[in-house]
Amino acid sequence: MTQNPRNAEQVLITGATSGIARAIAGMYAKRGVGRLILAGRDTEALEQDAANLRTRHNAEVEVCKFDASQPETCGVLQNGLEQIDVAVLCHGVMLGNEQAITDPDAHRGMIAVNYTSYTLLAEKLAGIMIGASGGVIAVLSSVAGDRGRGTNYCYGATKAALTAYADGLRGRMHGTGVHVVTVKPGPVRTAMTAGMDGYEKMADPDQVAKQIVKAIDRRKDILYTPGKWRWIMAIIRAIPETIFKRLTI
Amino acid sequence: MRPTRQTLSGWGNHPRVPCAVYAPDRAARLSALVSQDVEHALIARGLGRSYGDAATNHDAGVVDCTGLDRFIAFDESTGTLTAEAGVSYADLIDVLLPRGWFPLVTPGTKFVTLGGAIAADVHGKNHHRDGSFNACVESFTLLTPTGELLDCSRGSNADVFWATLGGMGLTGFIQAATIKLRRVKSPYMNVTTTRVKNLDAMLDHFTKTDHDFTYSVAWIDCLAKGAALGRGVVLQGEHAEPESGRNTLPRKRSKTVPFDFPGFALNPLSVRAFNGLYYATHGSGAAREDINTYFYPLDTVHHWNRIYGRRGFVQYQPVFPQCDGDQGVRAVIEKLVDAKRSSFLAVLKQMGGHEAGPLGFPMKGLTLAVDLPRAPGIEAFLSELDRLVLEHGGRVYLAKDGSMSADTFRQMYPRLDEFKAVKERLDPQGVLSSDQSRRLGITEQA
Repeated sequence: MTQNPRNAEQVLITGATSGIARAIAGMYAKRGVGRLILAGRDTEALEQDAANLRTRHNAEVEVCKFDASQPETCGVLQNGLEQIDVAVLCHGVMLGNEQAITDPDAHRGMIAVNYTSYTLLAEKLAGIMIGASGGVIAVLSSVAGDRGRGTNYCYGATKAALTAYADGLRGRMHGTGVHVVTVKPGPVRTAMTAGMDGYEKMADPDQVAKQIVKAIDRRKDILYTPGKWRWIMAIIRAIPETIFKRLTI
Repeated sequence: MRPTRQTLSGWGNHPRVPCAVYAPDRAARLSALVSQDVEHALIARGLGRSYGDAATNHDAGVVDCTGLDRFIAFDESTGTLTAEAGVSYADLIDVLLPRGWFPLVTPGTKFVTLGGAIAADVHGKNHHRDGSFNACVESFTLLTPTGELLDCSRGSNADVFWATLGGMGLTGFIQAATIKLRRVKSPYMNVTTTRVKNLDAMLDHFTKTDHDFTYSVAWIDCLAKGAALGRGVVLQGEHAEPESGRNTLPRKRSKTVPFDFPGFALNPLSVRAFNGLYYATHGSGAAREDINTYFYPLDTVHHWNRIYGRRGFVQYQPVFPQCDGDQGVRAVIEKLVDAKRSSFLAVLKQMGGHEAGPLGFPMKGLTLAVDLPRAPGIEAFLSELDRLVLEHGGRVYLAKDGSMSADTFRQMYPRLDEFKAVKERLDPQGVLSSDQSRRLGITEQA
């Protein structure tokens, strides 16, 4: 592809049924990319989303079955991936601490989805993009990965691993034309957070999607979205551990 | 699905009640929610533009349907759109107006969903000619409270079709609706403005000219009395032909009212000044206006309802039958003048006699809509107005209502039993109800 992600022709979005991913897909469809691939587990739901984008924007949309809990099925994606200009990896699950601690299988599943699958997929994509001498991979991590908190550390740990991985991959790709954006959203109003405290005050998925696409266009390194989370997390990281361990946040 | 506790109100900002809000983001989740054993009542909600309590449920469930906003299919040759219920007019116009299509019937705001348009069977400036929203609804799929999917149209499940159009969401959830749009050649309108000196002249003008225009509505000065009572400005419009140069919508910067205005901001003096100024500055003539300016003048100011302050406001909209002439309208305006309850915005229009459901609002005649701040004594005043409307054989629009008594409602809507029969068949457990439906006695008290 051209070095400019604004002109991306082939866009892959994983976890495409999620609220943020849907909004991102809408933006690329509106922009009129040559080929938009929506990947996820629930292909029936994805077909509905694809029909929506085709009807609204006459977009070229494909649906691809992808189950991140089965890392080996990431290979399924391989067939359609001879060229990808922009990949937005949005899949993820969030287990409460309690469930993660008491249910090792579920915990392992969360690690597979939130971390292992990303490494397999991103390496593959990076390889393809190097061959095409350019591309952008956006990785949806979370502010939860910036510091382990007593209330949500199992989920946070998977995101911490993902952040470190994405940051490292960006370093390795430097100079190849391939770029990695580490995206750290704060809480967003989506199905994942429905019913949680403060849901009303959470960020709007459309706004978050806009910022993510802008960050991809500008090949930004790390995006906190909404932007205030950069400062909130800076403060949270600066709290000495002797105090932090006593906080129930 | 887990609900979120939220405080909700209608567009009138009163009352504000705690609700358990469910926000399904796809049809399958809505079906799952309906099948799951929810221990409280449910009512669908779109963009919250009904003014009263039609889409709130005190300590019970509200289903926010705005996440169900997919287009399903569009037939470019006939202008037929199938979409989910959460698609808004704003969204629809954004996508389809550039392709030359516009809704056949549109209310005065773009921030209404298709589901809401069906539930209230909304009407617009072309009611005298085209009828209300049902005129463009070909069919819809209704998810009933028992989890059944019913295909409804004029030819199939017709009783459910008609009960749902204007049924305030009490028969089920719209899963998908198929509507017909109107072909337009440009996003502009040719608008003829006529200043009219009083109510008699207004009616005369409607009678003589309305049939020449697709759209017609009058703004009236509710503060003028005596010989000038009912003076106003008639705005009649047609879709315009394309013109060289400007054939896309002008970009407008939207403004937001950032907070509730203090109670004194809208006082009789400021309202009088506004109304006088509006009348004085709108001379007779013809002009070309973009669609947003003509149809949605208030939409460019987000949260305009905040100008009424924390106490909120009511919009009161009765319709009077043609045999009543202008008597009902005159009586209401006189009462407003006498009570010194000034209306910032008052709108008058002629309605046509088109087919409607058992809870349909329109009847052939005149409809008046006034905004009233929620000042002390408003409840008693509104029931006086209700009485007046009943005396003149009229009825009040449910999408605006937040105060009518069950008794008044029953008298205004004589086909209530017909509606209830369908409702009870579809919803034997009484799952769907709202604060409004309980107040009006459409459903039982919890």
